[in-house]
Amino acid sequence: MVTTAERVAPLRVKDLKSGIKPIWCPGCGDYGILSSFFQAIINLKLDPAKVAVVSGIGCSGRFPAFARVYGFHGVHGRALPTATGLKVARPDLTVFAMSGDGDAFSIGGGHIAHAARRNVDITYIVMDNEIYGLTKGQPSATSPPDILELSLSGKTKGSRKGMVGLLDIHKVEEALNPILMALAYNASFVARAFSGRPKELTAIIEEGVRHKGFSFIQVMSPCVTFFNTYNHFRETVVPLPEDHDPSDRMRAMALAMEPNKTYVGIFYRDETRPSLEERLEEYRQQLSPTSMEELLARFTR
Amino acid sequence: MSNESLVIRIGGEAGEGIVTIGETLVRIAAFSGLEVFTFRTYPAEIIGGQVMYQARIGREQVLSMGDDVDILVAANQLGHDEHIGELRPGGLLVYDSDAVTPAEGGDHLSYAVPFTQLAREINFLRGRNLIVVGFLTSLMGLPLDRAEQMVRRRLGKYKELLPSNLEALHKGYTHHQEHFAERPEFQIRPPEDGGEERLVMTGAQAIALGALAAGCRFYAGYPITPATDIMEFLSKELPRMGGTIIQAEDEIAAVTMAIGASFGGVKAMTATSGPGLALMIEALGLASMTEVPLVIVDAQRAGPSTGMPTKTSQGDLFLALYAGADEAPRFVLAPDSVEDSFYQMINAFNLAERFQMPVILLSDQAMATRVETIRPIDLSQIHQEKRRIPSLDRPEGNGYLRYALTEDGISPMAIPGMPGMTYTAEGLEHDESGAPSYVPEVHRAMTEKRFRKVETARKELHRWGLVNRWGDPQAEIAILSWGSTQSAVREAMERAAKEGILVEALFTKILLPMPDYEIRPFLEGKRAIIVPELNYQGMFAKVIEHRYSEQIIRNNIQVYRLNKYEGLPFKPGEIYAKIVEVAQRLTAGVLADRFLDEKLASV
Repeated sequence: MVTTAERVAPLRVKDLKSGIKPIWCPGCGDYGILSSFFQAIINLKLDPAKVAVVSGIGCSGRFPAFARVYGFHGVHGRALPTATGLKVARPDLTVFAMSGDGDAFSIGGGHIAHAARRNVDITYIVMDNEIYGLTKGQPSATSPPDILELSLSGKTKGSRKGMVGLLDIHKVEEALNPILMALAYNASFVARAFSGRPKELTAIIEEGVRHKGFSFIQVMSPCVTFFNTYNHFRETVVPLPEDHDPSDRMRAMALAMEPNKTYVGIFYRDETRPSLEERLEEYRQQLSPTSMEELLARFTR
Repeated sequence: MSNESLVIRIGGEAGEGIVTIGETLVRIAAFSGLEVFTFRTYPAEIIGGQVMYQARIGREQVLSMGDDVDILVAANQLGHDEHIGELRPGGLLVYDSDAVTPAEGGDHLSYAVPFTQLAREINFLRGRNLIVVGFLTSLMGLPLDRAEQMVRRRLGKYKELLPSNLEALHKGYTHHQEHFAERPEFQIRPPEDGGEERLVMTGAQAIALGALAAGCRFYAGYPITPATDIMEFLSKELPRMGGTIIQAEDEIAAVTMAIGASFGGVKAMTATSGPGLALMIEALGLASMTEVPLVIVDAQRAGPSTGMPTKTSQGDLFLALYAGADEAPRFVLAPDSVEDSFYQMINAFNLAERFQMPVILLSDQAMATRVETIRPIDLSQIHQEKRRIPSLDRPEGNGYLRYALTEDGISPMAIPGMPGMTYTAEGLEHDESGAPSYVPEVHRAMTEKRFRKVETARKELHRWGLVNRWGDPQAEIAILSWGSTQSAVREAMERAAKEGILVEALFTKILLPMPDYEIRPFLEGKRAIIVPELNYQGMFAKVIEHRYSEQIIRNNIQVYRLNKYEGLPFKPGEIYAKIVEVAQRLTAGVLADRFLDEKLASV
């Protein structure tokens, strides 16, 4: 029998690769997230057998299969509740939830408010490519309204046209601001990273795991095939101002609303709130334990 | 001479304490050694609206809610108007003379009691309900000391309220003693020895207790009538048992939370009603595909859509049996009484754990909300099935196959935390390791593997205690049904037996897979099957006709459907009438055959 204590050699990235080759297109931003995820586990010295990754549907949904940790590839939009059930049932595990923008902000959009409200200790990484990639290029809740023009103008170099009709009619809708939304929901850790800047990304994932509560991390992860935004983000991504105090939620909201800038870094962090599991345990401790015998006796005449 | 059983119904405005009167009265009766069986309806309104509480109280085991009402208590005018038609001739109407003007005439006795006035006399208006309880205690010949005991029990730690509450109880009791004569036809005397050992609980409580006894330690649910009672009970007790309960943001979250917890190795469930189950169906397929044990309770209500949330139905059978994307094997269980709800919950968890599959347990509004006296539960007889997990005695990383193709279809399931066994529970089609795969042969092999578990289960069903068969094995008339119709069927059969009509009944508590090993022999020698159920389409009848068509045709068995879709449970009289009708048809058929034979012989 192999136990954790016997694991003497430090983990290497190749120990964490499952051997299943990712289905992602060459150059996809998601590779960067996978690498940073591996690096964060190594840096945090986590035991892979005590790590679980829960995902939904889409390119992001494939994530767990590529890592040698416990994984759960569920239904569309339900990564958060599935991960919540797992985490409260097994607080000893380090639990990640992985979604794309479709999974997180459309079909599963209702769950973010509740994960934030409960402050369940999950690191939620949204691999946001601002388009539905797996289904071949429909607009998502984070696609800019002018996504079709951007696609045709050559600004998103190298990418193919997605579904032109749907991309065109998308101009009648506005894009969601996920950071602002997470701040409004009072998520206790709100951060943004760019998959093209792996060092920052790794550091933010590590901070997200260290944070005892719900960590919301939006990772801009370009879709090289249908909406190649690498150049756009290389131009617009800037670190949050050095003087930004992550306990200042109002300032964080103001920064999240600044146009033409994609700030990366930790917008907001509140370390004072206990996590859901801690609260549940505290609640249990206040109660007097019972047994089946005692419960049945209450119903005996 | 006292009655063998009495039906008492209380009708009035919700929020006035009608249910409290009923619940207190049945507990006085039950704790005096009598047997009880209740039926209640809720109003749809949050405050106000009409509510009805019916209790059948008996000296022997009470089989059903009964037919007609012996005693009707009308707390307001509507309580009188809505229910007076069901009071049996010679029955007794007790009404609050401050609130009700009874109809003229009628073939029944009437007691006008100024309940509100009596409450005013003791300066305790909210004591009116206990005055009613006290009055009924005396009327029905129940022991006053038990009633006092029950008042103490219900007040619990609020001891300062005890004197006023006892005064109210005595006020009603004395009022009856002083103003009305003792009438044996409305009395039910508890057995001298205090009756046999019994538990008194609702179906929802039986489900919750069964879950706890089965080892369930995680519950997630979304409020929905009539399943919420299960969640409310577990919210108090599950944390005290070291478990966790979460009120989810919707039914999809509830079921996926349960799946997440179960993936983590903790026995998990959710409970809902039809509309919620409809929302959970995608995740049911996920549990089937990822092979994660899961228990879903469906307390059925009348529908479709929002339908009648506070009324009963058995119309979710097809949803439970067949709903899902493509083919998702699952088990479907259906307890047939409050007592059975406890044991079938244990079977539900054991099936889920043994076969790593979703299990739907079908209860219904009437059965989940009714109070029944049930036999004691012997916890030492309860077996908890263990999930099959891989052996840790293997070199790390040496190719653990989560979805290994095995003879019985069951593959050892690693629990997160086990070293060297990491895998992904995969909702995509996958190979033995769990890696996504669209290879035709893989899909074929994995589909067969998932269904092989059902076949393995089918071979083991005989030892799970999943069939309830009674009556005369020589009978040519059969009743084949499921769920809560059992109570009315049982009583109707006793009535039929007294009339010399032989009937044999089989209730199956497992609906998927069907227990062929029981039903096939049961059908031999039968000439008619009656299938009573609370839905329009005759869903169970269709299942029977399809699955046993060869035997039904070969033996020329007639299938008679008896469908009720009013939101109300069957009364024994309705089943009995069908038995008589079928018996007459059979006799007529025999006579016709004989007539034909004679004619042919004379030619």
